[in-house]
Amino acid sequence: MHSVLSAAGVEAQSIQSHWWLMFWVTLVVTLVVLGGLGLAVARGLRAGAIGRSDRGLVTGISLAIAVTVVILFGLLIDSVITSRVLASQRAPGALEIEIMAQQWWWSVEYQHPEPEQRVRTANELHIPVGRPVSIKLLANDVIHSFWVPALNGKLDAIPGHESTLWIRAEHPGVYRGQCAEYCGAQHAHMAIVVVAESPEEFEKWIQAQRQTAHQPASDPERRGLQLVQQSACVMCHTIRGTAAGGRMGPDLTHLASRSTIGAGILPRTPDHLEEWIRDPQRIKPGNRMPALALPDRDRAAIVAYLEQLR
Amino acid sequence: MRQALDVSALPSFAFGQRSILWWATLGMIAIEGTAFALLIAAYIYLKWRVPHWPPGVAPPDLTWGTLTTAIVLISVIPNALTKRAAEQLDLARTRLWLVVSFLFALAFCVARALEFTALNCWWDSNAYGSIVWTLLGIHTTHFVTDLIDTGVLAAIMFTGRLDANRFVDVSENAFYYYFVIVSWLPIYAVIYLAPRFI
Amino acid sequence: MSATIVAREITADHIAAEQQQLARTWAQPRGLIGFLSDVDPKRIGMRFIVTALVFFALGGVLAGLMRIQLAVPENHFLGPDLYNQVFTMHGTTMMFLFAVPVMEGLGLYFTPLMVGARTMALPRLAAFGYWMFLAGGIFLYVSFFLNIGPDNGWFSYVPLAGPEFAPGKRADTWAQLITFTEVASLVGAIVTIVTVFKFRRPGMTLDRLPVFVWAQLVTSFMIIFAMPAVMVASTALILDRLVGTHFFNQAQGGDPILFQHLFWFFGHPEVYLIFLPAQGLMSTLIQAFSSRPVVGYVGLVVALVATAFMAFGLWVHHMFAVGLPAIGTSFFTAASMMIAIPSGIQIFSWIATIWSGRVRLEPPMLFALGYFVIFILGGMTGLMVASVPLDLQVHDTYFVVAHLHYVLIGGAVFPLFGALYYWFPKFTGRMPGRGLGVASFWLLFAGFNLTFFPMHVLGLHGMPRRVYTYLPDMGWNTLNLAASSGAVLMALAVIVMIVNVIQSLRSGAVAPDNPWHASTLEWATSSPPPPYNFYPEPVIDSRDPLWNDPADLPIVIGVRADRREVLITRLLDAQPDHRYHSPDPSIWPFVTALTTTAMLIGSIFTPWAVVWGSIPPAIALIAWFWPRPSMLNDETHPPENARPELSAATGPP
Repeated sequence: MHSVLSAAGVEAQSIQSHWWLMFWVTLVVTLVVLGGLGLAVARGLRAGAIGRSDRGLVTGISLAIAVTVVILFGLLIDSVITSRVLASQRAPGALEIEIMAQQWWWSVEYQHPEPEQRVRTANELHIPVGRPVSIKLLANDVIHSFWVPALNGKLDAIPGHESTLWIRAEHPGVYRGQCAEYCGAQHAHMAIVVVAESPEEFEKWIQAQRQTAHQPASDPERRGLQLVQQSACVMCHTIRGTAAGGRMGPDLTHLASRSTIGAGILPRTPDHLEEWIRDPQRIKPGNRMPALALPDRDRAAIVAYLEQLR
Repeated sequence: MRQALDVSALPSFAFGQRSILWWATLGMIAIEGTAFALLIAAYIYLKWRVPHWPPGVAPPDLTWGTLTTAIVLISVIPNALTKRAAEQLDLARTRLWLVVSFLFALAFCVARALEFTALNCWWDSNAYGSIVWTLLGIHTTHFVTDLIDTGVLAAIMFTGRLDANRFVDVSENAFYYYFVIVSWLPIYAVIYLAPRFI
Repeated sequence: MSATIVAREITADHIAAEQQQLARTWAQPRGLIGFLSDVDPKRIGMRFIVTALVFFALGGVLAGLMRIQLAVPENHFLGPDLYNQVFTMHGTTMMFLFAVPVMEGLGLYFTPLMVGARTMALPRLAAFGYWMFLAGGIFLYVSFFLNIGPDNGWFSYVPLAGPEFAPGKRADTWAQLITFTEVASLVGAIVTIVTVFKFRRPGMTLDRLPVFVWAQLVTSFMIIFAMPAVMVASTALILDRLVGTHFFNQAQGGDPILFQHLFWFFGHPEVYLIFLPAQGLMSTLIQAFSSRPVVGYVGLVVALVATAFMAFGLWVHHMFAVGLPAIGTSFFTAASMMIAIPSGIQIFSWIATIWSGRVRLEPPMLFALGYFVIFILGGMTGLMVASVPLDLQVHDTYFVVAHLHYVLIGGAVFPLFGALYYWFPKFTGRMPGRGLGVASFWLLFAGFNLTFFPMHVLGLHGMPRRVYTYLPDMGWNTLNLAASSGAVLMALAVIVMIVNVIQSLRSGAVAPDNPWHASTLEWATSSPPPPYNFYPEPVIDSRDPLWNDPADLPIVIGVRADRREVLITRLLDAQPDHRYHSPDPSIWPFVTALTTTAMLIGSIFTPWAVVWGSIPPAIALIAWFWPRPSMLNDETHPPENARPELSAATGPP
């Protein structure tokens, strides 16, 4: 679900109504003006002698301008009204999220007065239906833009600036978005997924996210954890409850609760995870994750471990 | 027989806004004036973004900047005299005042070089240093260009084969020099006065 | 000392003798040195036009490559790095190397003709502008082929284009290309303003200027006030990258948004630099092919001026997603919508002209009609993106790509092709082929709409700009394939046009002075015009001289034919003022451009290039302006001889 015209959030719905008004008004104007042109051409093709007085024509033009001005003011008013509606969605008691945009993924942190209650994840966020959500956008490298069309317009994430986007989902669903400001080689593959669910489902999800990493149950999984902790993975990734504490790449603590990897480039399946770890550059050339030389057996163990990080 | 508009008695040169060169000079002034205005706008923008300005350093020392300002304001006089002499086709006076204008401009450039040493910042220390050096640097480039123009014109007036159009060149160069003087004043205010008083 | 009306015996022999003398005086210089020294505005204008059209073709090829890559999802035709360079080169080529220079070229060619002058003001400056334009374009493409072409989009935002995230020289080539093209535009602007103000034939008061000349004049003023902004932006970018300044480095007090403000303060007027001449072309074509003067001349001129002023107050509409305060952005919504009013004045005036005229559907008129359909649609989506809330959805998506191509291609390219067809006889002395002209129109019209209409839907369905590929399950596949097929038709249209040009040059009918029975002065001389443009030169008595002026108006005499002399007239009333020796051909503009090019290219590698590299151009400039014996004004040499004229030369205006 990723269309401006399938609005599922309060803000997007307001914009969608505004769109339809503008669409119909401009369609009618276009047809009237082009119709006038058509009539003019037809008359011009038939014309014999040319009439000399332009006064009537100038009056006609002035009338058309007057109508134009009225229409423009009407559209302007609707625009301002829509902006006001959007601004009025800011409300106290909102769910606060902070997103740090970077090349080429989204670091998501759910805010909370108590630091231990904060949840950090990546590229996918869950929100409760019906509750306002304020998303503070930051960037630590270049300009990116957060855009989930079914929920709201976009807002740029600019280094050195903070800006806040408000969304409020009206219907449960999975809403996809993409970075909308050209940010380098893999701008095309910087998707964001927003899962809107009932408040109860959301509470369950966030409680689960607050837990430290699921403990491995089988031998391959244990071996996978061991390998992760011994290899370069820990330099960039965090898996809370293990020795992996790097912050340069996405938090993997609950990787298996997410639907995609590589900021939306592939669905998260064991096969795709395996492909990705084997050679991330082949899938997303230029991204920041290097390939790790590993025997196939080791890689399979790591995948097994990661796959159980629900 | 037919009617004709006979223009052969018209002069073959003209001064001021009747001359093509005046309009071309005005065009240059508009372009460079806009560039200066935008640089000043950038200065204001950057200043407005931070609470302390200049950040972490003292404002530029007033001595050299005020000296260059004084030189340039006084140089209005030889500039005006050069322009008037040229518009009277007075070769002797044109030569004299061109040389005097050139010497004033040279003195300005020497003082300007010293001005750069008293800014209390470098172009690569921070955004403040960058905009201050750039403002001063662009104005200096314009001034040096006019210095060279004046020098070349002086050389022409002493050595070249002269016709009335060379006097038009001198007059227009003086016109441009007025702009170089006037454009300095807001830049001076921005670099030296704004960090102290605003 | 003034101009007087006299009665003269002027026979055909007198006229022929004068024409022969003028032809010798104004003759095209020969050989390679002659080619490099030429200062004729028709030839310099034609160089601009042809070079710009070559860049148009190159930009089109780049677009074709993009459409091949995007025709199917997850395509491997162009990898991300190459695609990012290609879309940057496409936009940079079209905006800087095609759209503005081609209009400048038409202006240089036709402004002197339309105001009845022998040549343009400051011809050596114009020549210098052309060489800088050519050098910049060559520099950009050579860099591209050497893998140091730009890859950050045609407006090169920081920090992506800054020293930290764009190592190497790619962003520097973009920034320096700006310098080349902006110099070329600025000199063209100065030349145009001075020509229109001072070179008009006696009797051509300002209210008798053709609308096209008004458009070029207003555009020139816009260039003067807009170009410095991109000059400052690109210079600051080069300084940040080369010598460590911090204009855009937020860690040291700089701000990436400053770049956007500086760039778009130029960037929005830039698109009007392209539209306004095109609107002048529309007035020209509609007038000619409706066989009557345009309705509402004053309104049309006021619309041009109003557009120019308003264009400077819209730039923030490119930055609605940045997070600026809402009260500020709403002002820009209002302004961006209100600029539709002058456009409306023009559109309604043209429709009124067609309605009350006698229409001939020659190919130029077809292209003009194409403008209405496409530009109006672009204007409607323009109103949509002017609205902040709607723009926040469609900004930086394919909806905007659709909008910008509708307004630019409908608003500028269609009138341009119409005008090139219209003026083909004047340029070449041959009539253009009608059948191929009509075919190229329909191919372009159909191909354009097939390519770009689907993009509106793609943007609404979530497809952002500047993506080298897309996932197969997004629902974007069919529309992208349609868009790519449309590109094939557009390419065919251009090929048909090229074939038409070649065929017409070879075997088109010989063109008379005024094959379209148009009203403006370029049609009052041969096709192509002689190097001195006009002789004899009757004074002007109306706005449409070829339709309304009586046959026996006084002709201008007394302008010397033994040297390149022009008559300078007064700004407000076009009365004769003085005679002026127009500069002879000179190699120094070329040499100055060459040495300046070396300095500019060097300065992307080291700042010392600006210091040492400025010496050769300085020498070239001194040689350019150093008085030459051949240019010596014998009437005022030595200067004492000028004393009798002095009061006239310095008297009141």
